[in-house]
Amino acid sequence: MTIPASWYLVVSALLFGIGALGVLVRRNALVIFMCIELMLNAANLALVTYSRVLGDVGGQATVFFVLVVAAAEVTVGLGIVVYIFRARRSTIVDDVAEMEG
Amino acid sequence: MVAAAPWMLAFALGGFVVLVALGRRLGEPLAGWVATAAITGAFVCAIVTWIGLLSLRSRSVTITLFEWVPIGARQVKVALLVDPLSVTMCLFVTGVSALILLYSVGYMHKERDFTKFFVYMSLFVFSMLLLVLADNLLVTFVGWEGVGVCSYFLVAYYFQRESAASAGKKAFVYNRVGDVGFLLAMFFLFTHLHTLTYTAMHSRFALGAIPRAPTFIPPLSSTELTLVILCLLAAAAGKSAQIPLFNWLPDAMEGPTPVSALIHAATMVTAGVYLLSRMSFALDLSSDGRAVVATIGAVTAFVAATIATSQHDIKKVLAFSTVSQIGFMVLAVGSGAYVAAIFLMVAHAFYKGLLFLGAGSVIHGLDGEQELSRMGGLRALMAVTYATFLVGWLTIAGVPPFSAFFAKGDVLKGAWTYSKPLWAIGTVAALLTAYYMTRLFVLAFTGDPRFLKAVGDRPALRAPHESPWVMTVPLVVLAVFSALGGLLATPLDRFLSPVFYTVPPAPLSSSVSDALAVVDGVVAVAGLGIAWVLWRGRVERPELTPAFLRRVWYWDDAYDAVIGRPSTRLARATAEVVDPVAIDGAVVGTASSLRRGARSIRRLQNGFVRSYALAMAVGVGLLVAYLLARTF
Repeated sequence: MTIPASWYLVVSALLFGIGALGVLVRRNALVIFMCIELMLNAANLALVTYSRVLGDVGGQATVFFVLVVAAAEVTVGLGIVVYIFRARRSTIVDDVAEMEG
Repeated sequence: MVAAAPWMLAFALGGFVVLVALGRRLGEPLAGWVATAAITGAFVCAIVTWIGLLSLRSRSVTITLFEWVPIGARQVKVALLVDPLSVTMCLFVTGVSALILLYSVGYMHKERDFTKFFVYMSLFVFSMLLLVLADNLLVTFVGWEGVGVCSYFLVAYYFQRESAASAGKKAFVYNRVGDVGFLLAMFFLFTHLHTLTYTAMHSRFALGAIPRAPTFIPPLSSTELTLVILCLLAAAAGKSAQIPLFNWLPDAMEGPTPVSALIHAATMVTAGVYLLSRMSFALDLSSDGRAVVATIGAVTAFVAATIATSQHDIKKVLAFSTVSQIGFMVLAVGSGAYVAAIFLMVAHAFYKGLLFLGAGSVIHGLDGEQELSRMGGLRALMAVTYATFLVGWLTIAGVPPFSAFFAKGDVLKGAWTYSKPLWAIGTVAALLTAYYMTRLFVLAFTGDPRFLKAVGDRPALRAPHESPWVMTVPLVVLAVFSALGGLLATPLDRFLSPVFYTVPPAPLSSSVSDALAVVDGVVAVAGLGIAWVLWRGRVERPELTPAFLRRVWYWDDAYDAVIGRPSTRLARATAEVVDPVAIDGAVVGTASSLRRGARSIRRLQNGFVRSYALAMAVGVGLLVAYLLARTF
């Protein structure tokens, strides 16, 4: 039996919500990163689902772009996190609040 | 041959450019000789132009140099108008200037800025020539401002001296007041006539001079025309030192004496009279305007003459005398006796140039002493100066047969025809002229040599020596012209009349004319005699030099009280109240309100990434909600 497309979308929405909630409430930079990845992949799931439903391969192609961008983002982001950890011995984002107005 | 006219300008400008570029390298005295040669060249060109003009039938040639301001279909061109009036002006301007420059080579000997002096003088002659040769008001205005700025430079020539610097500023400011009049008159005329060219304006106005021309519609209403005349009069009063703007001229005596002779006696100050004569076609149509012009002239002639009787500085006497003489010219213009005005202007250029240069020679000999009370007995020591000054004195006093007798006689004849009271004022001024000049002559040249004794903080001076030949030659030449200038009367009249009159004015009956001439002669001799009796052998006569006259009718004090001090007070109030409270308040208020606003907004920027993320999430939520709401 085939699973209806709406289920995929519900999973995608749940994943996105968990990710967004994680970004908002967690303090550890690495966990926030993982949450962002979760959100990206939720979006990917939605894209693939619609691609299948509408029979348009464009959505699947976009997923590749998202993956590449996510990889690049992780590279840069982790570099920054490592650097901050070296400087401060902590990866709590609230400690890095010098840019407040 | 008329084509030589632009070369006059070229010579004067060339002298200026060469001196600016090479002046320092040329040094003394070569720079002075270059300037003298350039202006002499201009004089030769003026003569060539004059001869050329005599051979033409039309007697009015326009030479266009280039187009300057194209305004749609209309254009303001830089063009020269060669006609008897401008050529007469050019001849005496360049001639007298050349002599005065020659004199300056001697007078400015060992001055700090020898070359700078000649730079300014060349530029001055160029501007003056531009002023008189221009064929429209706008180009005249360029020359007008040019002579104004040169006058400023030269009055403030000894700028290290506080008094000279402020005299320069005073001359500048008074002239600017007059310039407002000039500009307003130009705007007015251009709005109504759409041209500023003298010949074009003349043809628009001249139709009105023909009595009962049926088709003639005046280009301006009589009120507007009177306004234009008053604006022009304001301009003339500023430049020609007439009431109420005459105060700058006596102060301008702070400049070197050749400057006083050239600019503040012979040439520049006559520019106002020239302007009014040039605009004679407009003046003729406005009887109100003419009345004001004539009255201002007569009153100035009288007031300045009274002041001149009480001055103690030799140059101040001559300065007020200049104001008074120009008053005569303005009176003549107002009376419609334009030729007489120009005749007096030419004669005045000779004798006032002579008197100033003579005074300069005295001052030069006495190491800069200008007080009449410190002179006396110069007759034996400075023979040439004495003899030429004698001629100048008799001329300006109006003794026949010297030139001023005829020139001033013509002016007063014109005044008689126009208005008897103004003639009476003019005659009294003529009497005073003879009086104060005799006083000056008696104090300076006769009696004991008072400069040999030290007085107060002033040391005794050595007996003066006669000035070098470069200074005495111009004196002699000018003395000859002053004495014989009367011969110019008839040729000048025949030459200039067509410029001013379509129909020559009816001459006075010969009996009246003779009677007036006799009155003039008697007045001159009487003034001379009175002063001789009163001042012979005397130095101070306080009862004859009251403070009221010494302080120039308290004219400066009145300006100070009415304009100077209130303006100072206003400026101080602005500096102490308006600036700190209003201006600073606005500036500081803007800054502090911005800072206060920023302080409340900056709380949003708290540095916590999650709060930014929340804001973003909320924003996205709202956006989605909005889009959904629009869809359903």
